[in-house]
Amino acid sequence: MTSSKVELRGEVKNDPAALMASLHLVPSPVPNPEIKYTKIFINNEWHDSVSGKVFSTYNPATGEKICDVQEADKADVDKAVQAARSAFSLGSVWRKMDASERGKLLFKLADLVERDSAYLATLESLDTGKPFLSSFFVDLQGTIKTFRYFAGWADKIHGSTIPIDGEYFTLTRHEPIGVCGQIIPWNFPLVMTAWKLGPALSCGNTVVLKPAEETPLTCLYIAALVKEAGFPPGVVNILPGYGPTAGAAIASHMGIDKVAFTGSTEVGKLIQEAAGKSNLKRVTLELGGKSPNIIFADADFELAVEQAHQGVFFNNGQCCTAGSRIFVEEPIYDEFVRRSVERAQRRTLGSPFDPTAEQGPQVSAEQRSRVLELIQSGITEGAKLECGGKAPPSKGFFLEPTVFSDVQDHMRIAKEEIFGPVQQIMKFKTIEEVIERANNTEYGLAAAVFTTDLNKAMTVSTALQAGTVWINCYNALSCQCPFGGFKMSGNGRELGEIGLKEYTEVKTITMQMSGKKS
Amino acid sequence: MLRTVISRTFPQVFRISACQHSTIPAPNVHPDVHYNKIFINNEWHDAVSKKTFPTINPATGEVICHVAEGDKADVEKAVKAAKDAFKLGSPWRRMDASHRGLLLSRLADCIERDAAYLAELETLDNGKPYAISYSVDVPMVVKCLRYYAGWADKWEGKTIPIDGDYFCYTRHEPIGVCGQIIPWNFPLLMQAWKLGPALATGNTVVMKVAEQTPLTALYVASLIKEVGFPAGVVNIVPGMGPTAGAAIASHMDVDKVAFTGSTDVGHLILKASSDSNLKKVTLELGGKSPNIILSDANMEEAVEQSHFALFFNQGQCCCAGSRTYVQESIYDEFLERSVERAKKRIVGDPFNFNTEQGPQVDEQQFQKILGYISSGKSEGAKLMCGGGPAADRGYFIQPTIFSDVKDDMKIAREEIFGPVMQILKFKSLEEVIERANDSKYGLAAAVFTQNIDKAHYISSGLRAGTVWINCYDVFGVQAPFGGYKASGIGRELGEYGLDNYTEVKTVTIKVPQKNS
Repeated sequence: MTSSKVELRGEVKNDPAALMASLHLVPSPVPNPEIKYTKIFINNEWHDSVSGKVFSTYNPATGEKICDVQEADKADVDKAVQAARSAFSLGSVWRKMDASERGKLLFKLADLVERDSAYLATLESLDTGKPFLSSFFVDLQGTIKTFRYFAGWADKIHGSTIPIDGEYFTLTRHEPIGVCGQIIPWNFPLVMTAWKLGPALSCGNTVVLKPAEETPLTCLYIAALVKEAGFPPGVVNILPGYGPTAGAAIASHMGIDKVAFTGSTEVGKLIQEAAGKSNLKRVTLELGGKSPNIIFADADFELAVEQAHQGVFFNNGQCCTAGSRIFVEEPIYDEFVRRSVERAQRRTLGSPFDPTAEQGPQVSAEQRSRVLELIQSGITEGAKLECGGKAPPSKGFFLEPTVFSDVQDHMRIAKEEIFGPVQQIMKFKTIEEVIERANNTEYGLAAAVFTTDLNKAMTVSTALQAGTVWINCYNALSCQCPFGGFKMSGNGRELGEIGLKEYTEVKTITMQMSGKKS
Repeated sequence: MLRTVISRTFPQVFRISACQHSTIPAPNVHPDVHYNKIFINNEWHDAVSKKTFPTINPATGEVICHVAEGDKADVEKAVKAAKDAFKLGSPWRRMDASHRGLLLSRLADCIERDAAYLAELETLDNGKPYAISYSVDVPMVVKCLRYYAGWADKWEGKTIPIDGDYFCYTRHEPIGVCGQIIPWNFPLLMQAWKLGPALATGNTVVMKVAEQTPLTALYVASLIKEVGFPAGVVNIVPGMGPTAGAAIASHMDVDKVAFTGSTDVGHLILKASSDSNLKKVTLELGGKSPNIILSDANMEEAVEQSHFALFFNQGQCCCAGSRTYVQESIYDEFLERSVERAKKRIVGDPFNFNTEQGPQVDEQQFQKILGYISSGKSEGAKLMCGGGPAADRGYFIQPTIFSDVKDDMKIAREEIFGPVMQILKFKSLEEVIERANDSKYGLAAAVFTQNIDKAHYISSGLRAGTVWINCYDVFGVQAPFGGYKASGIGRELGEYGLDNYTEVKTVTIKVPQKNS
């Protein structure tokens, strides 16, 4: 998620001397980072689990345990919801706070994350396996920018006054929904924390957030920064734990007014079902994808090969937006496959802390075996394995960059979300054909088209059923732009102004007013 | 002005207790002046003519220092710098909008860091009480800049479902070089109101600050450089209106001019625009704002708020509630209490924490106000208290109240801009709305009542850009401010304030086939 390009500050980008100087400022990881927070965060305090249970989190680059973390379950969720409810009660510090002050707290949180960037990037790489420089320049920047962006919105969420018929005066207030349950995945632990907390807090809600059991550590550190920034107790509560226990307790809780989930489509259905069976809490979902990336013969070839490569391999292939169906126009198909294979073979695997490594391990042994199983199905169903396909003989959950050509639309690798470093390259002839094939999926998260022809770009981008379409770029995500899925890729949108809608209830106030005037 | 801040961070502003003193640092009453030149291209320049002018401490009448006096030639240099900074491909034009926001936010942080010094300098140069500078002016500046910092990457264009096989969208682009001319009554705050939206939307600026109060704006210029705005984005030229101000208003390369000041000068600005390049014009001008007290109002609140509405900032507010209309049945009591309150008002050394009212800004204003007071007397209004100078030196004026004021008197029609309160009597709602609207101005208004129907009836009937109900001078950077009629053109603050600094570009693309 978020663009894989390295972000430099404006003045550095525009000044060659500063750019040179910045090369000496490449950040380095914090050696042997201390793990400071492993407990449940409720009411700005650290708690053991009610059950006394803990779970382990692992370094996927070695398979070794990093530490034990308190395992939240239903009883802990109940405590957290109570804290969040009381922080949201009328007359509370949080409810009485000026909107601009909420913004100031979020801005402060961004500054604290920026202060601790090197430490947080180290911890993120340790827990997820993603390369450190990528953690530092993509994840941390994305997190900081998202908090700042939503900080700015806090006092700009306008209601309206409405020229109602009759002798009345009508106005709307955009009020916070209340207690928001938020369940986030392991592929971008920090960025997903920011995408969820940013709009929820900007609008004035309180939060009970469950990070993924694979990667709880950075999210818990953010909890400590939430407290340091000065958010009142109970506004943010963070509960590490498992989906079927803590996650399910959030989704079905009668004291939670809204749930936001990012993860698989399968679990998304469970969340919506739990909301329906309990209190009809509002649901937003950001789920899986099988995003088409369409390359026309007139495209800038170098750009298309590199972007298509990054589009699927970025973050070890673990992106819901991964461009995992590459449709290439017939005249350039063979050359595109050849160059893509060449590029994939050059992709360097290694320790997340090796600055030359482009790709770290998959997040867990389980994820790796899932990907290997899908690779095997590709071979069995007759796709051509061009390179990779195996787990290298090393500690940790690594996978070789893998490319399939001659992929047919009905194959599992062309239909199911692989969530690993596996690229499928298909051939197409006409624009109508490729639009139809690209849309022939239950998913609709993202898509891309590479062409220098303005008409093709406009035609394809308007016809694709996807929440985001990139033209001559990929994964160019930014906090200003809405993101979310058509069809079974989700409900609602995150980021941008529209992301605020998912965290507000609109109240219409109409009062009798005799003698109305324009 | 700025009641929000007062009530939240500085309650009981008129009776500051010892414990509240402790939250305000003791002022250095002789702050050093670090910057007294012209700021162009992030550098300090003498005037091309080498001329300087003195800036005066209005509490003593003594010269604080001399300041480089910008004129046409200096404006020329500043406009060239601003135009270069705005060129396609410049660092400023290529900068991410979110980074513009970050720079504005850093500027707010620096002003917050230097709050005490800026408040000292503001008080020295302007005469307003230091406790107010520190707890009202500076915090409002910080909030304003933070607010517009947030807008930088949220000022969105639209895509539009145009008829036919076309794809249509709008871009909100900066206008270009913006001339900004600001007054002396809130030097720091007016600077922030102008810079915030202009920079958030990506313009470059040539700003002329008032010759009475140039010092704090020049210090802020140094902070603009410190936080990393590219050279030429903000240029600040201290100088006189008829020379430097006129040069900005009539410059062919200035794309927009924003002016806050008198209605007389507002006319000149608009005329200069039409005689030169039809630059866009926004104006925030004078007022003669009605403050209507109904008989069911909370008397104590109404008296205190009406006092505050007029006397705040030595009466030097464009939105001053200078026509206080009181319903007949409570008129006598209201008058009596208002006089009692005005007599208690503490006038004196602006650096003293007990002081509620400092000097007027300069000799000219001082004389002008005394002139209005004598016209009130000669036209037959009844002088209830005050009416003369309040000290042997400096430009202090006694808090003054007139009763039995008639609508046709000069003191009821013209902007006095001083501590002189007019209290008028009315009988019915219809009557008071008509009289309140019978003014060339339309900046602000207020109504005090506990009745929901009367509150709505009056607030929707008044011809004013801002109406306060049971409060006065409540300014939030989130809420737009500006005038009906001869009180101005356009609105500052809020999202509306961004319009003043934006050109909308409609881009329409032919497409082979449109689909919804």
